[in-house]
Amino acid sequence: MNKMQSIRKDWNLIESLISRSAKVLDIGCGEGGLIKQLEENIQANTRGIELSPDLARKAIADGLSVVQGNAEKDLDQYSNQSFDYVILSQTLQAMVKPRDVLLELLRIGGKAIVSFPNFGHWKIRLQLLLTGKTPITEGLPYVWYETPNIHFFTIKDFQALCKQSNIIIEKSIALTSKGRQFEISPGISGANLFTSEAIFLLSYQNFTPIKLQSKQKTFVSNSALVN
Amino acid sequence: MGKTTAQIQKNASLECDIAVFSNMDCKLDSGFNLKDFQIAFKTFGNLNANKDNAILICHALTGDQYVSETNPITKKDGWWSRMVGVNKPIDTNKYYVICSNVIGGCAGTTGPKEINFQTNVPYGREFPAVTVRDMVKIQNYLIETLSIEKLFAVVGGSMGAMQALQWTIDYPQKIQNVIHIAGALKHSAQNIAFHEVGRQAIMNDPNWNKGGYNKNNIIPERGLAVARMIAHITYLSDDAMHRKFGRKLQSRDIISFGFDADFQIESYLRHQGRSFVERFDANSYLYLTRAMDYFDLEKKFSTAIEFSPIPNQHIRYLIISFTSDWLFPTSENRKIVKTLNYFTRNVSFTEIETDKGHDSFLLDEPELDSIIKGFLDNNYNKIGSHE
Repeated sequence: MNKMQSIRKDWNLIESLISRSAKVLDIGCGEGGLIKQLEENIQANTRGIELSPDLARKAIADGLSVVQGNAEKDLDQYSNQSFDYVILSQTLQAMVKPRDVLLELLRIGGKAIVSFPNFGHWKIRLQLLLTGKTPITEGLPYVWYETPNIHFFTIKDFQALCKQSNIIIEKSIALTSKGRQFEISPGISGANLFTSEAIFLLSYQNFTPIKLQSKQKTFVSNSALVN
Repeated sequence: MGKTTAQIQKNASLECDIAVFSNMDCKLDSGFNLKDFQIAFKTFGNLNANKDNAILICHALTGDQYVSETNPITKKDGWWSRMVGVNKPIDTNKYYVICSNVIGGCAGTTGPKEINFQTNVPYGREFPAVTVRDMVKIQNYLIETLSIEKLFAVVGGSMGAMQALQWTIDYPQKIQNVIHIAGALKHSAQNIAFHEVGRQAIMNDPNWNKGGYNKNNIIPERGLAVARMIAHITYLSDDAMHRKFGRKLQSRDIISFGFDADFQIESYLRHQGRSFVERFDANSYLYLTRAMDYFDLEKKFSTAIEFSPIPNQHIRYLIISFTSDWLFPTSENRKIVKTLNYFTRNVSFTEIETDKGHDSFLLDEPELDSIIKGFLDNNYNKIGSHE
């Protein structure tokens, strides 16, 4: 499978996780291919942010609302819960503080969609075991000294981080290097071994307000209690 | 208020249209009630049947209505003819482009140089102070006169960017897209300082005669030239100046040990000053620099966006800045982007890398061309069929 098909597959999966006409922010949107697809296919109301001036300009010239900016510095300009979905595709591993970025996603959006290359894939483990050198794969194709990917982590690592941060994993989908996809669930063993790329749909626990039951129709005010 | 209409006349010597407004009640920010005034403007291309292809271009401090084709006053190309025209990025085959001289200007619109109909002498210092908001208010009268309900886009750089931003606040229902190039939410202290030096140069020229120079037919040309020389430095960058002039000497091999224009940069600035005097009115320069100084949306912008009495969510914004622009730096342009993003508006932003300084927006910047063209054309295609 070539790189382009792989990206498309990723996009189609992401699209399938998003409801129609949703408000979507794509962080690290590149030329805006994904948000354009979302606008065309599901009438999403989209915005993008992209670090590379050239890519941002291509997206803008394509009629998309994209700002040139840095995912680690410029996310504070978006207000709380201003998007239905915030997407971070294949970028988390390149962040200096991935945890902070992850929390920002769920501050800005009701749901976050995060995809990343799984460092726990068997080929990577085998490469490291047999060669003793930092693995180079399709998903992580750079040599160690010039890679933008500065954090290597596995599906298990990510699941643990979500748990620790009280983030709910609503859905997680695995893509194998052959392009097969399956849902990652506790029932399926070996997901961490066979997944080359994972896509997570995340949200915070929706706290429903506790309803107090009372037979009295009027509540006693604080001041009345003091008296 | 009802629809404004004016008489539109062709002016042969200025090679443009003049909209004459009479007996209006145009209250300016200063409180002055402007009754009779005229706006000099030019249009390019044709308004389509749906009237959805009109683009208003707002000029900068010393610009005019001659945005494209030949400027009849200077006999040179219009100030943005590389951007606007047939098959240009803002393509007049497709769009109906309107560009008007701002109120207080000196290319045919009512300003200090023009005759005050009530006294029959040029306004001079009697002309009321104008603000960017006044400029936009009067542009809106023109748009109403042309029976255009919605502008497809308002585009401007520098003082033009200020006007474009003001449009989004005062008449959001009348605009679809806005392109704001090298502007800011406010004129900074440093910018005001440079303007003040320019104004002092003019007002300290004995020929200025407290603004009444038109009566004697002599103009404060030395003061105005110095004002232009100072301002011109602020439009360039250190790198660009160095690249273009360095320490090269002008028409000589050795320094003169005197105060002639030894260096090319001196000669260049003197030339800029001299040619400016031929085309610009000193009083207009005072009034328009003042209008820019008074521009300050820093505190108001966010409230104006959030609590606009008129819906403004539909506006698509494109904000552009240049790396070497120190007069309207990227950081100031970004403030606008941040506010718009905070309210989840349709905003695009890019910073173009160039060493040409603030003037970049008028110069050959291929990236600027392609982004403006793409932004306009793609958003134009989105609004359906155009007849």
